Amino acid sequence: MIQSGIGSRVLALALVAPAVAVFGAFFLLPLARLFVVGLSGPEGWRTYAAVLVEPRYLESLVSTMLLAAAVTAVTLAIAGTSGLFLARNRFPGRALLVALLTFPLVFPGVVIGFMVIMLAGRQGLIGTLSEQVAGQRIVFAYSMAGLFLGYVYFSIPRVLLTVMAAAEKLDPQQAEAARALGARPWQVLVHVVLPALKPALLSAGAICFATAMGAFGTAFTLATRIDVLPMVIYTEFTLQANIAMAAALSFVLGIVTWLALSLARSLAGTSVAAAA
Amino acid sequence: MTTVTGARHGVAFWLQLGFTLLVCMLLVAPMLLSLLAGVTENYLVGIESGLTTRWIAEVLRGYSDTILLSLQVALACLAATLVLGVPVAYVLARRGNWLTRLFEELLTMPIAVPGLATALALIITYGGVGEFRRSWLFILVGHVLFTLPFMVRSVLAVMSAVDLRTLEEGAASLGAGFARRFFTIVLPNSLPGILSGSLMVVTLSIGEFNLTWLLHTPLTKTLPVGLADSYASLRIEIGSAYTLIFFVMVIPLLLLLQALARFGQPPR
Amino acid sequence: MSRDPLRFEPVPVRLNACAKTFPGGTRALEPIDLEIAGGETVVFLGPSGCGKTTTLRIIAGLEQPDPGGSVFFGSEDVTALPIERRNVGMVFQSYALFPNMDVAQNVGYGLRVRGIDRRRRDARVGEMLAMMQMEALARRRIDQLSGGQRQRVALARALVVRPRILLLDEPLTALDAKLRDGLRLEIDRLLRQLGITAIYVTHDQGEAMALADRIVVMSGGRVVQIGTPRDVYFRPADPFVADFVGTTNRLQAQAADGRLHVLGADVPWAGATGPLAVLVRPEDVRLDAVTGQAEAKVTTAMFLGDRTRLVVETGTGETLSIDAPGRASFAIGDTVRIAIDPDRLLAMPL
Repeated sequence: MIQSGIGSRVLALALVAPAVAVFGAFFLLPLARLFVVGLSGPEGWRTYAAVLVEPRYLESLVSTMLLAAAVTAVTLAIAGTSGLFLARNRFPGRALLVALLTFPLVFPGVVIGFMVIMLAGRQGLIGTLSEQVAGQRIVFAYSMAGLFLGYVYFSIPRVLLTVMAAAEKLDPQQAEAARALGARPWQVLVHVVLPALKPALLSAGAICFATAMGAFGTAFTLATRIDVLPMVIYTEFTLQANIAMAAALSFVLGIVTWLALSLARSLAGTSVAAAA
Repeated sequence: MTTVTGARHGVAFWLQLGFTLLVCMLLVAPMLLSLLAGVTENYLVGIESGLTTRWIAEVLRGYSDTILLSLQVALACLAATLVLGVPVAYVLARRGNWLTRLFEELLTMPIAVPGLATALALIITYGGVGEFRRSWLFILVGHVLFTLPFMVRSVLAVMSAVDLRTLEEGAASLGAGFARRFFTIVLPNSLPGILSGSLMVVTLSIGEFNLTWLLHTPLTKTLPVGLADSYASLRIEIGSAYTLIFFVMVIPLLLLLQALARFGQPPR
Repeated sequence: MSRDPLRFEPVPVRLNACAKTFPGGTRALEPIDLEIAGGETVVFLGPSGCGKTTTLRIIAGLEQPDPGGSVFFGSEDVTALPIERRNVGMVFQSYALFPNMDVAQNVGYGLRVRGIDRRRRDARVGEMLAMMQMEALARRRIDQLSGGQRQRVALARALVVRPRILLLDEPLTALDAKLRDGLRLEIDRLLRQLGITAIYVTHDQGEAMALADRIVVMSGGRVVQIGTPRDVYFRPADPFVADFVGTTNRLQAQAADGRLHVLGADVPWAGATGPLAVLVRPEDVRLDAVTGQAEAKVTTAMFLGDRTRLVVETGTGETLSIDAPGRASFAIGDTVRIAIDPDRLLAMPL
């Protein structure tokens, strides 16, 4: 059907029309409204400026970005190591290990928060163990550290799967060629394998960053006192009823996460093209 | 990348295996603990206090409406993403121009934009439409926005891999019109993608919280909303039992999804 | 090491009882003993799964032979050395160039991991690219090269480190026919010029014949025949080799009293007696209206340019492929008389 000519174009339009209508009415239009409402407060456009000027919001924005960056770096290191290992080796029990490692993929933020409480909360595993070993109960679930643990917990499966999929697609002959030329295992890793995985690492890292920026459920479960941006937005909206500020902050948050993803995609895209 | 050089493994292998097992333990330990807590009489005392199903029964008594609503939303969301998403994937697979690429890019935005922002935008725009705001459809709209890109991507991946154009040209050369081709060639050959997309959509919808928390009303609470309630206000055993029920609903779907990914790949 | 960049030390290679069993018990290679002289080009030829690539990977150090097997480069036992310490050059079917490096960086990679400083590295890479007539490509990205150029870069990359031996794993298979012929000539010239010991794996008999000093024909994890291209072609060890290397006709025959009864006629015969299978190549069957021993009917005539490939059916009901000159023309149903010289027949036990 869809080769060329008027008929096929009409058909293509007819096929996408329902999705376009739903998407336009319930996403694009509301997003535009969000932007306008952000302008409609008593401060006008200065509501947006406040995000960058008022210390409370700026601090929250910066600390959220730092948290997201730290989560991304740590997750890439952990899941990159394990993902590469699992992709390159076959051993009994491997399939089970992969299945276990990917469970948290579909847990909502609230459940992740609860997992953090189970690990580092007042009745948590870490607390119990540390009390037995050092005589002191270590509890950090209800702080930035707990949130960090939760986001790493949540992000490991996705990065792991991305790295594994990319590593399995690598041409094994490239690593063999490097070895034939005298490269040691670490040189093969640094010169050949990691550059080939760069697109996958970039895109996995960007998703990781964006999720950590915008996630709400985990912070909500752990405490209302952690001043990450989504919590600030929620507070502005429900407690302060400052809808304009909440809208402006949401819009800025959306822009930051969307930019992170687009940037990574275009970076990964060019290096993918170079590898083709 | 597979190194199959016999059964001998070096130090590096064992170090990496140990590290991976450690990571796995970090992920699995709290899941096991919460499963355990869900069936323990008193978690603070420990397993010695005895095992019980009363927490699970209590959750089922108090929160069964949230479980049913989540299932209802998930199935409705599946139906909507199938009807909306599969035709879109087909058009994207067959027509690659700037317009379709732009639409593809836009469609993935609800993944990039935080759920909180999307939910706020929906409330600002449609919060005044009382009937709609109060009904479960308001939640459904959010879920459809969030899951649609997963359906489209999953189906598109399979459609791109099977070389739909050639298949369809073959069918057309045998005299099949568009509707016949779509239902006898396009859909059957895209089935692995449709299946994995469907599983993904249902799983994500059951677990969605970021959007749902703002979109729900006291009368339209989904499972994750109920979970958040129970974590905040009830004893840890009930939260755990509730989480256990969530695991029972979601983990089989995830395992199916993985099995499908392993065996459902089209032959090269 | 010789100073002349165009000559290599001829390093002999020896395999002693090298076998390979994969985890799970699959026997990929039966024990093989092989001597390769310094400077020799040996081609492993066989269908996929015959063990030729496994043998190459054992020589390279990418696979370990089963216990008891050993690999020698000259007098040095390299069995326990991993590939990165064997100093071999290797060229792969997929080129295996590094996409994150340009042409010069690819070629210089082996020198870089050997810790050779940038100035000397650049000089040697330049020298190598000049020898391969690729100076102009030095700063190209890999995705800007054609398949033929990629494989020449891969060759340069393998040779610039002055390896002890050169290993080529189906290097031409990924190329299209025209490029393949050109690059085959170039590889042949290069191997003769450099005098390096080269081991080449292919499933293409044409490549094997063109390049090899000796061909090792393999099948089912075993060596079936080792010999010069002429040996393998004209004196195949068994029907498998005869069939794999070129096309052959297989005919039923009966030998007794110095005569061979084949295609319904008798020819003089000095070979084995009794019921036999005889093999004859299409180009060794002559069309001869006068002295032809047997009559046959043309069932297929395929014009190939330089010749016409006929398939004929004889009075005895046997089917035979024949190469006729390209300029002669045939129609289906034509009757022809065919002649076979007895010395072109190869007898195989039934």
